Amino acid sequence: MNKKEIIRLEGITRDFQVGEETVHALRGISFTILEGEFVTIMGTSGSGKSTLLNTLGCLDTPTKGEYYLDGVRVRTMGKNDRATLRNQKIGFVFQSYNLLAKTTSVENVELPLMYNPSYSSSARRQKAIESLKAVGLGDRLNHKSNQMSGGQMQRVAIARALVNDPAVILADEATGNLDTRTSYEVLVLFQKLHQEGRTIIFVTHNPEIASYSSRNITLKDGRVVSDTYNNDIKSAAEVLTTLPKNDD
Amino acid sequence: MNGINLIKIALKALANNKMRGFLTMLGIIIGVASVITMLAIGQGSKRSIQNQISEMGSNMIMIQPGGDMRGGVRQSSSSMETLKLTDYQNIVDETRFLSAVSPTVNSSGQLIFGANNKPTTVYGVNQDYLDIRRYSINDGDIFTEQDIASAAKVCIVGKTVVDELFTNGENPVGKVVRFNKIPFKIIGVLTSKGYNSMGMDQDDVVLAPYTTIQKRVLAITHIQGITSSAIKEEYTDQAIDEITEILRRNHKIQPGSEDDFTIRSMQELSSMMTTTTDLMTVLLAAVAGISLLVGGIGIMNIMYVSVTERTREIGLRMSIGAKGRDILSQFLIESILISVTGGLIGVLFGIGAAFAVNAIVQYPIYIQAWSVFLSFAVCTVTGVFFGWYPAKKAAQLDPIEAIRYE
Repeated sequence: MNKKEIIRLEGITRDFQVGEETVHALRGISFTILEGEFVTIMGTSGSGKSTLLNTLGCLDTPTKGEYYLDGVRVRTMGKNDRATLRNQKIGFVFQSYNLLAKTTSVENVELPLMYNPSYSSSARRQKAIESLKAVGLGDRLNHKSNQMSGGQMQRVAIARALVNDPAVILADEATGNLDTRTSYEVLVLFQKLHQEGRTIIFVTHNPEIASYSSRNITLKDGRVVSDTYNNDIKSAAEVLTTLPKNDD
Repeated sequence: MNGINLIKIALKALANNKMRGFLTMLGIIIGVASVITMLAIGQGSKRSIQNQISEMGSNMIMIQPGGDMRGGVRQSSSSMETLKLTDYQNIVDETRFLSAVSPTVNSSGQLIFGANNKPTTVYGVNQDYLDIRRYSINDGDIFTEQDIASAAKVCIVGKTVVDELFTNGENPVGKVVRFNKIPFKIIGVLTSKGYNSMGMDQDDVVLAPYTTIQKRVLAITHIQGITSSAIKEEYTDQAIDEITEILRRNHKIQPGSEDDFTIRSMQELSSMMTTTTDLMTVLLAAVAGISLLVGGIGIMNIMYVSVTERTREIGLRMSIGAKGRDILSQFLIESILISVTGGLIGVLFGIGAAFAVNAIVQYPIYIQAWSVFLSFAVCTVTGVFFGWYPAKKAAQLDPIEAIRYE
């Protein structure tokens, strides 16, 4: 079976000029991610994880090497074109949720579509509601972000990442601010999305999470040190049943 | 991203910070309101002066004999006898810019009726004089051509004269009063005009045919002045040129020599008096304008705080696809919304305050459409101008740093 290539990195390097010194954050990274993969990218701090994430998220461009996102060559693109590309092909999930304060979940989820002129306001609302239902928040449409728990906020953030039907979902320590049980709830959600065929890249320094993904890439000092496929994906849902229930 | 979405986003952001938005707006409200009120007061007093002048006849032109040198001694202009009836006649015959012309001669003395008397000045004029000075007859008649030709001993009096001489309330028309021992029959009473802006009683007046004053009172053949009015106020300058030309020719004044007469127009007086109120208007508006500027700086300050406070939001918006210009527009629209809303409220407040000033301290006010439009336009421009820099700063943020900003 020939799956579509979503991400293709060819010898990516990224150098930063800090004063007189040049810092090599990425030193030649190459890999390909196919449609439907759930990839965890791991590494200690300073390994180049964040830089790689910024590059994958089209927030940053590599110094050398080529990056193809869904067949589009990103390296030579301008700022505005990358913004449009992010809007249409990428869904971000951040560690600290980054929801707009005093704003309802529906409005938060609608946000990416606000920057896409091809959506009418009714289509936008429709899509946001579908997205929220997909993450199990169909009954929390008009809750404001400050009226929700961390897990709920992260699910709103995931719904926001899904709303534009992205080619890839980029999660940056998406469970980092959550307690164990809520982390598993979010992981269950990611696994569900994976089963539905979505491509997910999950950047984390928590090695546990790797066992719930289909592939694990480990970075060290700006290089890939291991790239392994996981044939025995653990079910987060099963683990969840063994955890004590939260009181709230 | 389309404009409606941007406005929605900006409105939402303002709604999230109502108190701050309102306080920022207050600067603009006060600025715009004070500009409008101050201009209304300035323009109001200017217009009230203009009205008073136009009551006296804003297109009036007065010709008097000028001072002359006799053996190196400059003479008083009232002793000059250079203006003649032929000058008056020539002006009447040749003018193209004057609608009414009257010779003037006057004499001061005691006016007596029965046991009452009052000091006054009798003006010798023709019928045109009433038009020139905007007088009208309230009771009785004006004197005729016949009266002028025969130097008839008739006169028209103003209300003050009537009040002081006819203390028993009798009808003055038909009564005979004596002026310097000469009996004058009152044939008309003028409609009251009250005091003018210089504090002169315009009703303390006695008008008689100029021939009567010339022959029977003063025994002179020259005239003391000519009063005329231009067809319209705008033609005042042409009319003055015309009169100058006629008089210089009549008086055989060589080119380069000084005129032996002086011409004054109400327009001069009017512009002299409105200069003061114009200056006042400019000063008031300048002070009000400064408060508008301070309001604008308030917007800039708040927008700066807002950009810094919302750095993460900006980072998020950029990471989910907002372009720099979307962010720029969002913040610019926010500041324009503040200034335009503030401007609208300020316009209402300003107009209200102007009417309040008028009602409470009876100051004349005049709200001109342009002053409302101008201050509104200025505050919109203020919004763009002071909102631009913070918005530009927001648009230039690096999404990578902004999203992780603590």
